[in-house]
Amino acid sequence: MSATATSPLPGRGTPGTSPQADEAQPTSGKPGLWKTPVLLSALGLVAFVFFGLMGSAQTARFGISTGGDFFQLPTLEVPAMPGGIVLSVLMLGLAAYAVYLKTKARPTPAWLTVTFTVLFVAAFLIWVVGGARTPSISLAGLIAGSVTLAVPLVFGSLSGVLCERVGVVNIAIEGQLLGGAFTAAIVASITQNPFVGLLAAAVAGAAVSMVLAVFSIKYLVNQIIVGVVLNVLISGVTGFLFSTVMQADKAKFNSPPGLDIVQIPILSGIPILGPILFKQSLVGYLMYVAVIVVWVGLFKTKWGLRVRAVGEHPQAADTMGIKVNATRFWNVTLGGAIAGIGGSFFTLVAIDSFTKEISGGRGFIALAALIFGRWNPIGAFFAALLFGFADNLQSIVTIIGTPVPSQFMAMLPYLVTVLAVAGLVGRSRPPAASGIPYVKG
Amino acid sequence: MLQPPIPSGSCTDASRLVRVLKLELRGITKRFGSLLANDHIDVVVEPGQIHCLLGENGAGKSTLMNVLYGLYEPSEGEILIDDKPVSFRGPGDAMAAGIGMVHQHFMLVPVFTVAENVALGAETTKAGGFLNLEDTRRKIKQISDRYGFDVDPDALVEDLPVGVQQRVEIIKALVRDARVLILDEPTAVLTPQETDELLDIMRQLKSSGTSIVFISHKLREVKAVSDTITVIRRGKVVGSASPGDSTAELASMMVGRAVSLTLDKAPASPKEKTFQVKDLTVIAPNGQHTVDGISFDIARGEILAVAGVQGNGQTELTEAILGLQDRVQGSILLDNVELVGRSVKDVLNAGVGFVPEDRSVDGLIGTFSIAENLILDRYDQPPFAKGISMSPAKVLENAKSRIDEFDVRTPSGLLAAGTLSGGNQQKVVMARELSRPLRLFIASQPTRGVDVGSIEFLHKRIVSERDQGTPVMIISTELDEVMELADRIAVLYKGKLVGIVPAGTGRDVLGLMMAGISAEDAASADHAGPVKADTPATETPPADTKDAATAERRAASSPEGGDHV
Repeated sequence: MSATATSPLPGRGTPGTSPQADEAQPTSGKPGLWKTPVLLSALGLVAFVFFGLMGSAQTARFGISTGGDFFQLPTLEVPAMPGGIVLSVLMLGLAAYAVYLKTKARPTPAWLTVTFTVLFVAAFLIWVVGGARTPSISLAGLIAGSVTLAVPLVFGSLSGVLCERVGVVNIAIEGQLLGGAFTAAIVASITQNPFVGLLAAAVAGAAVSMVLAVFSIKYLVNQIIVGVVLNVLISGVTGFLFSTVMQADKAKFNSPPGLDIVQIPILSGIPILGPILFKQSLVGYLMYVAVIVVWVGLFKTKWGLRVRAVGEHPQAADTMGIKVNATRFWNVTLGGAIAGIGGSFFTLVAIDSFTKEISGGRGFIALAALIFGRWNPIGAFFAALLFGFADNLQSIVTIIGTPVPSQFMAMLPYLVTVLAVAGLVGRSRPPAASGIPYVKG
Repeated sequence: MLQPPIPSGSCTDASRLVRVLKLELRGITKRFGSLLANDHIDVVVEPGQIHCLLGENGAGKSTLMNVLYGLYEPSEGEILIDDKPVSFRGPGDAMAAGIGMVHQHFMLVPVFTVAENVALGAETTKAGGFLNLEDTRRKIKQISDRYGFDVDPDALVEDLPVGVQQRVEIIKALVRDARVLILDEPTAVLTPQETDELLDIMRQLKSSGTSIVFISHKLREVKAVSDTITVIRRGKVVGSASPGDSTAELASMMVGRAVSLTLDKAPASPKEKTFQVKDLTVIAPNGQHTVDGISFDIARGEILAVAGVQGNGQTELTEAILGLQDRVQGSILLDNVELVGRSVKDVLNAGVGFVPEDRSVDGLIGTFSIAENLILDRYDQPPFAKGISMSPAKVLENAKSRIDEFDVRTPSGLLAAGTLSGGNQQKVVMARELSRPLRLFIASQPTRGVDVGSIEFLHKRIVSERDQGTPVMIISTELDEVMELADRIAVLYKGKLVGIVPAGTGRDVLGLMMAGISAEDAASADHAGPVKADTPATETPPADTKDAATAERRAASSPEGGDHV
């Protein structure tokens, strides 16, 4: 019957289910195992040549503490060229170890890739700062700024996680962010209450999502196309309303009161960590709560089990009495609400008014963060942080005046996105039924 | 949960035992558009019985069971439980009424653990909606211990063999306290050993008071476990039968005409050996040798059947011959031409016909028409193509003659191939592969999921290809089929060739060989009776002892021995 036609065929024997599986195979080997060792070696060489041999003779200085901290840490000073050489030699060592493991038919462990990435970023920082006109930046400011820039990304990718985990591809994150930003601005302006604006942003995001849900779940329209169309639609509608309504009476419609930064006493004075965790706006704190709640919800509760089942094997869920399409509808809606809150960050926290295209493509970066984070809320959080870091780094580095052209620095977040999603993520597996509408019978 | 029905049972046990259901389907009719899938079907499942629904693929058995399980709404008719009419709006209602179902394609989430799969839909939770998988694990352990399932609650389902996955499905139903268990073609994906284990499980379930509706078209199994048999043909009940009826009687009731269950096959007259495989090794991406130093040859006018439990290198062997495997060492000679290292197209043009093991994935393009599927291998050659243009008239003409010749049951060659039944799909694949002059014919699982009538036909075509002087290689995990078709039998185990034995070698010996015991040892073990002690313990997984036992049981349960279903 057609009801079973799309299910995976259990009859197709895989080596894992065969009697041959008892030979020691630490992981199921895949072609392309060479990719990571080769990539790491190439990056190591690049680091050695550029960051090491061609490094600057200056000393890079990194401020760790800010004035408000309740104790001060000394400024970190690294001579640029020797520092670059040491770090790149370490990187080459790691790459060599990855190659060695590969010759033993073993994959590159995750810790190795992570350590390598950290070293690479550190070497890059030293090189860039060391070569700048004023070779000094505040590390604390760099990191705190990264988190700030990452907030909408995190909300966006959480929306994506919720939607894809339940089996609907959400390309419309950009539209949800933008819709949330616009609605937050206009509602907060009219009511002169940022909290009402925040709530309205969630509703707006949910409304955008509902369109996606209805078309993709009920009318079985291709989810990618609905998503793309929604992005264009929201961009057009908000742009139009911005020019006609907001611009007409700026004071009334586009001057939202912002959400204040709430400092938690003492804790916010911890160097580096303090500003990140305890000196945030309400939206920033909500971000941490949302990441944890979505993770716990997905993996520890009955709701999450059902959501994941619907996204992996909707027929199995259906035969267990779970309403597949209703589950999908409400989760997609919830995802939209979360992205909407993320959108409010633009107009209620970051900038105090709405402008056209204020989300600036961050919805798509959020999509990349979701994939880089392997459809896991916590993974997506750290991926979003990485992109936020790249974003922030390029602006700071441009300010201190590096020899690297600013256009190249502006590419950085996107370069990181491409590298992260294509190269370092390894084999990641999306939910099996993501993007496939469920038709009963 | 379920308590064993032992004499010391408490009053809850007693009440459990009382809760056996009488299930009745009365006048069930189900239409899909103009198609009448079920036509006023009446079935009564008595408590504590194994009730078999016997019918060919496409007869309407699965539709009927999906109606019973609440997945489809019946167009007419009613379902009665203990003589009270009920209506199910979804599987949830059916489960609540005590009906459980194991689908033909398992309804398991591959990336979930066993416990998560079992819990799904009937989760026990702690405060705040948090999952309490500990409770589920305990229930799984209980059921697993009781029926000897040996299932680890924390294993990922995708890592489990098909037979174990099926047990997980059964556990899912039992945890929900199913009193009637529907098994939809449960043996279609199982190896012979797993099949026999399943039949044992069914008997155990019955003895503990669970009724079973067993959907099958495999007569041997039906006769082995059923209490009552209802035969369904083309959506209608055509009668009841008892398991004591002969295989031939059951088969003719099911098919609607007399079918010959034994293949009339002239002895082979092998000519020169034109196909030779020497020291063939296939290396998987993970470095494992999935085919390990195999050498054999096939003569013109001879059928070599490759037997073995699924996953012992059969797929890789055929793919290596076709040129679908990347890392192949050794040599494959067809008419003294080396095939290793050549492209698939070259291999096909060298005269190799190939029926893949999974027709819906590798054999057909389901959304293409039958006519188009019939020329997939020659679409670019005359008369179907001239330069860059194709000739649809010629394609259709070809389809008409193939459809006639191979008795494909379809109103038109323009229908999508995916709409055909399994047997007819297989005929299309076979028709395509046999429609050009061949120098070698390979058929992998030629009759898997195919109805009895078609099996007979397909087997005859294979034999006639042999009689035309083509070397034929059959790969089958069905021992019956191997024994039926083979002129010689090669047995694969863990990618190695255990041995090649002549046709007529006993089922017991072959069973032992399929567990990796060499032909000589297997033969002597067999002569000594089912003595398990002298089999080399290091080489053999538990399968070998089971297999010997299996062989006995099969011999006992099937006195006819010659049927191929």
